[in-house]
Amino acid sequence: MDIRMPIRAVLLALAGLLSIAIHPADSRAADSPGMDLLKNRCASCHSLTGPAPASIHALWARKGPDFFYAGNKYQRSWIVSWLQHPVRIRPAGMFYADHLKPGPKRDMVDESTLRPHVALSKADAILAADALMTLKGHNDLIKMEHVAPGSISKSMGEMVFDKFLGCLACHRTDPDYGGLSGPELYTAGSRLRPEFIASYIRNPQAWDPKIWMPDKHVNDARIQQLVHYIESLNLGGSHASSP
Amino acid sequence: MHPVHKTYAFILGLAVLFLALLPDALLAAPAKDNYRTYCAQCHGLQGNGRGVNIRDMSVQPRNHTDGAYMSSRSDQDLFTADKKGGLAIDKSVLMPPWGETLSDSEIHNMVRYLRTLCHCQYGKQ
Ligand code: HEC
Ligand code: HEC
Ligand code: HEC
Repeated sequence: MDIRMPIRAVLLALAGLLSIAIHPADSRAADSPGMDLLKNRCASCHSLTGPAPASIHALWARKGPDFFYAGNKYQRSWIVSWLQHPVRIRPAGMFYADHLKPGPKRDMVDESTLRPHVALSKADAILAADALMTLKGHNDLIKMEHVAPGSISKSMGEMVFDKFLGCLACHRTDPDYGGLSGPELYTAGSRLRPEFIASYIRNPQAWDPKIWMPDKHVNDARIQQLVHYIESLNLGGSHASSP
Repeated sequence: MHPVHKTYAFILGLAVLFLALLPDALLAAPAKDNYRTYCAQCHGLQGNGRGVNIRDMSVQPRNHTDGAYMSSRSDQDLFTADKKGGLAIDKSVLMPPWGETLSDSEIHNMVRYLRTLCHCQYGKQ
C-alpha cells in the first residue's frame, strides 16, 4: 500500500486546523449578524479583541469601555435595555482629566465635553447583546471567583465601602453621593456579573493594567460584603443573581 | 574560543542585558503623566488638593503645592505614602496605595515631581 496517501491526508487536516486557529474570529463573525453590527457600528470606540491599553497614553486615547471580556462582565438583560435608553455611567467620561474645568472650590466636570451614547432599536440591542455575550476574555479570572449568596445591612455596607476602604472617593452609590472619576455603582448590581465585581475589586490591574482604580488588597470576606452591598444599591431595576 | 566569536558573544551578552534592563525604563511613564492619570482625580489637576472627587470625602487630599507642609515630610515619607497608601503612615484610607500600579522607579520619580510642585525640599521651603 502507498503510505503517501495517509500522510497527505494528515497534512491536509493539519493545514485545515491551522487555518481555523489563525482565523477563528473571522469565520465566526461571517455567520453572526450581531457580530457584524458590533464590528461596523461599535468597534471604532470599543475594542472587541483586546488587549487593554498597555500605556497611559493608550489609556487616555481609549474611546469606550473594552468589550473583549463583555460576556464575563455584563448581564445580558441590562445591555438590552441600556442600549435602547443609554444613561451616563461615568460622570466624568472615559478619561476624567479630559473633561474637567477649574472651579472655585474644586475641579468640576465640564458637561459640554460629554456626548450622549448612540441608542439602538430593540431588535439591534438584542443582536448586539447576544454577540457581546460571546466575548469571553479573562475566563481564567472569572473561574477563580465564588460569590456566595447573601446580604448586608445598609449601615454595615456603607461602613465598609465609605469608611473602611474609601471606595466612595471615586464611585457614586446614589446619584448625588460619592466621587466622579469612576463609574457609578448604583446600577452596577444589574449591570455587572457578581463574579466580575468580585474579581475587579480583587485585582483591577488584571483586567485593565493601567486603570486609575488602585489595588487596595481587599480581603475575601470584605469582597463578599462589597458585592452584596453593590447588589443592594441596585437602582437599575431587576437583576439576575449569580447562576 | 576564537577572538572573533568572543566579540560576538560579548555583543550578544550586551544586547541581552540591554533588553533585560530596557522594559522598566521604557514602561516608566513621566511622573507628570502619572500624576495626571492617578493623582489629579483627588489632588487636582493643579496639585492644589482640589480634585474632582473631593466633595464627599471626609478627609481632604493634601495640597501638594503647600511648601510649609510638604517640607515637613521626608522623601521616604512621601515614597511610603504613595506606594503603600495613607494607612501605612497613620493617615486616611482615602489616600490609596499605588504599589500595584506604579513601579518603584516611577514612585521615586513621583517624589521628585512632588518636590517641584511644592518648590521645596525636606527641612527647607
Ligand atoms: C463614539 C464612540 C462610541 C461608539 C461608536 C459606541 N460606543 Fe458604546 N460607549 C462609548 C462610551 C464613551 C461609553 C461609556 C459611557 C458612560 O460611561 O456613560 C460606552 C458605553 C457602552 C456600554 C455600557 C458599558 C459600560 O461599561 O459602560 C455599552 C453596552 C455600549 N457602549 C455598547 C455599544 C454598542 C453595542 C455600540 C455599537 C452599536 C456602541 N456602544 C458604540 C462610546 C461609544
Ligand atoms: C481612585 C479611584 C477609585 C477608587 C478609590 C476605587 N475605584 Fe473602583 N473603579 C475606578 C475606576 C477608574 C474604574 C474603572 C473605570 C472604567 O472601566 O471605565 C473602577 C471600576 C470599579 C468597578 C467595576 C465597575 C464597572 O462598571 O466596570 C467596581 C465594581 C469597583 N470599581 C468597585 C470599587 C470598590 C469596591 C472600591 C473600594 C475597595 C473601589 N472601586 C475603589 C476608580 C476607583
Ligand atoms: C482617592 C483620592 C486620592 C488619590 C487618587 C490620591 N490621593 Fe494622595 N491623599 C489623599 C488624601 C485624602 C490625603 C490626606 C490623608 C490624610 O491627611 O490623612 C492624601 C495625602 C497624600 C500625601 C501626603 C502624605 C503625608 O505625608 O501627609 C501624598 C504625598 C499623596 N497623597 C500623594 C499622592 C500621589 C502621588 C497620588 C497619585 C499617585 C495620590 N496621592 C492619589 C487622597 C488621594
